[in-house]
Amino acid sequence: MKDLIKIRDLAVRFYTYEGIVYAIDDLDLEIRQGETLGIVGETGSGKTMTALAILRLIPYPGKIESGSILFFDKSIDQELELLKLRDDRMRSIRGNRISMVFQEPGAALNPVYTIGDQISEVFLLHRRRELAQRAKQRLDSLLSDGNGLAAGVKRPFWGWQRRIYDKIAKESHAFEPRLLGRLPLFRRLLWRMGYEAKLLTVDMLKDVEIPDAARVAVQYPHQLSGGMKQRAVIAMALACSPELLIADEPTTSLDVTIQAQMLELFRRIKVDKGASILFITHNLGVASEVCDRVAVMYAGRLCEVAPVGEMFVHPLHPYTKALLNAVPMPGKKLETIPGVLADALNPPPGCRFHPRCPSAMPICGQERAKLKEVSKDHMVACHLY
Amino acid sequence: MDTLVDIKKLKKHFPILGGVFRRPVGMVKALDGVSLAIRRGQWLGLVGESGCGKTTLAKTVIRLWKPTSGHIYFDVPDETKALIEELESQGKNGSKLNYLLNENDLATFSGNRLRSLRRRAQLVHQDPFTSLDPRMKIKSTVGEPLRIHHVLSGEAARSAVKELLERVGLSAGQLERYPHQFSGGQRQRIAIARALATKPEFIAFDEPTSALDVSVQAQILNLLKDLKKEFGLTYLYITHELLIAESVCDYIAVMYLGKVVEMGRPEEIFHSPRHPYSQSLIAATPVPDPSRRVGRIVLPGEVPSPANPPPGCAFHPRCSRASDECRELAPELRPVSSDHYVACFHPL
Repeated sequence: MKDLIKIRDLAVRFYTYEGIVYAIDDLDLEIRQGETLGIVGETGSGKTMTALAILRLIPYPGKIESGSILFFDKSIDQELELLKLRDDRMRSIRGNRISMVFQEPGAALNPVYTIGDQISEVFLLHRRRELAQRAKQRLDSLLSDGNGLAAGVKRPFWGWQRRIYDKIAKESHAFEPRLLGRLPLFRRLLWRMGYEAKLLTVDMLKDVEIPDAARVAVQYPHQLSGGMKQRAVIAMALACSPELLIADEPTTSLDVTIQAQMLELFRRIKVDKGASILFITHNLGVASEVCDRVAVMYAGRLCEVAPVGEMFVHPLHPYTKALLNAVPMPGKKLETIPGVLADALNPPPGCRFHPRCPSAMPICGQERAKLKEVSKDHMVACHLY
Repeated sequence: MDTLVDIKKLKKHFPILGGVFRRPVGMVKALDGVSLAIRRGQWLGLVGESGCGKTTLAKTVIRLWKPTSGHIYFDVPDETKALIEELESQGKNGSKLNYLLNENDLATFSGNRLRSLRRRAQLVHQDPFTSLDPRMKIKSTVGEPLRIHHVLSGEAARSAVKELLERVGLSAGQLERYPHQFSGGQRQRIAIARALATKPEFIAFDEPTSALDVSVQAQILNLLKDLKKEFGLTYLYITHELLIAESVCDYIAVMYLGKVVEMGRPEEIFHSPRHPYSQSLIAATPVPDPSRRVGRIVLPGEVPSPANPPPGCAFHPRCSRASDECRELAPELRPVSSDHYVACFHPL
């Protein structure tokens, strides 16, 4: 099976007043179909930037300098080059086939719209034809079942509405419904699509195990707890059954017991929906719980990529080893990594970890180590191997 | 070992103001009868989820907040405490009791007496990005406690500040800098140096590493370990990360909704937890070792609001062992083995 996402030689730079920040430097990474890939690393290692680059959402003054990101499109059996896609095509992928869960659920939700409004927006944007189809079916049943005077009066009107929805179902941006959508009063004829979206939203909220979903759908973000907000954000990301779900530190602001609930949810999503997940975290424990493969990043570069069992049992890269040793574990001496995180403005030459590395060699300061496969699926970028 | 800080039935309720006249319409019971003893030289870990009252406890013990009721004894001999208890149990509200409380109970202190206490007990806040004044140079930030408490002045103070900064791993050349020029780990070191300035006996840490990266966190924890040994300090360490508590603390108290539900040595708490909440908290903690992936207990629901806690045991709506007794009566802390206390009717 082909890889879902293939990143090659990706470079992201930020042009700031102080100089050029090399946020991501020659990154090669694959995300396979149906796997959970974890990216771990410390603050400023480029984890989030990798995710944003896939969605082409790098904020100003950052720029994707070079490289390619290939997205395998199952429906046409072709690889799409995301970085060269037209903007409107990218928009139809973003939030639809690749979606993202952000770190802070409170900041990801708009405080002035209800949860239901915000999730139905996804359906109204990406699933117009499906919604129109559903609205049409509902009108059909109304037309065949409706009895009595009221139904008799409304019948011609329903017939007209049905014709409009039929047009949207055939072509999502047909001329007539688009025109109606612009005219005040007539615009209201399209309410049935919003209604269908609301129904789908409630189903979606139930799917992420929100109790009393119909009530939550009409509530505002501030009325929900952190865990509930995160569930709502996940529901929004899952609304269009994406092929890739990017989760950027989804549990960082949550409590341990709520975090455990979330991890359980992510595990279920992967099994039920068959989606690939890119799981970004700085918590090694969380990574070991949910991921199938883990990639370790340091100062914008990949250090090591390995299956989760390998990574935590036989880490190879000195940075991975040091990171694992720095996690407090009972009955183990806490080890620290000497020095500070590499300066992104002025990174050390060669391997970026070499000034802090206990097993640094002269070559480490001159030449960067290429990522190479040392055993099956286990790749490491270090001169030691 | 003698007890340095003794907290007895401490309560801290915050009023919820509402209506036109801002009258209290409810109470947030942040601390609802906490009893805790911290021995001299102990590293006590306080764990629990957000909203359970950990921070409130630290701030009330340091007396940044005045407790609603209860006693806090700081370095008070056992005989005095026993005497106060005896007088209280007799139900007399005499002048002797009042005198003793005014002399010994931190909860009643104010003014000068409180200031002299603050020399001996200090607090390190959670977020090093907000706990340092952005407009004060590091030397003034660290030197301020010395000035306020009239410990040292002039040249002596300057050299003391320099020594402190070097002790926590910063160089003397950084004295003239402002907080924004430092990284998170360095700022937390500055906050620790400030807490150490008056040579306290007791320091409360309110999640000092939660804003830091793993490698920096390890550096800070090692520093705290060294300082504790060097100055003979007593720590109250608040954290929500159980792995930290397990690996560094000597004694652990687990809090849930304003109450301590279990206390014991880390080996006991982590290997044979007796309270269902501690058990699920430990099971929910992710460990970076795929072979330990088994035996997860996912707690249903969320922490109830402290403004409206459930009757009886606060944990019963999420507990699998809850019985009718739990729904009606609140369990007290009871010893289950030496130095291991649990507040549960049906301990594991």
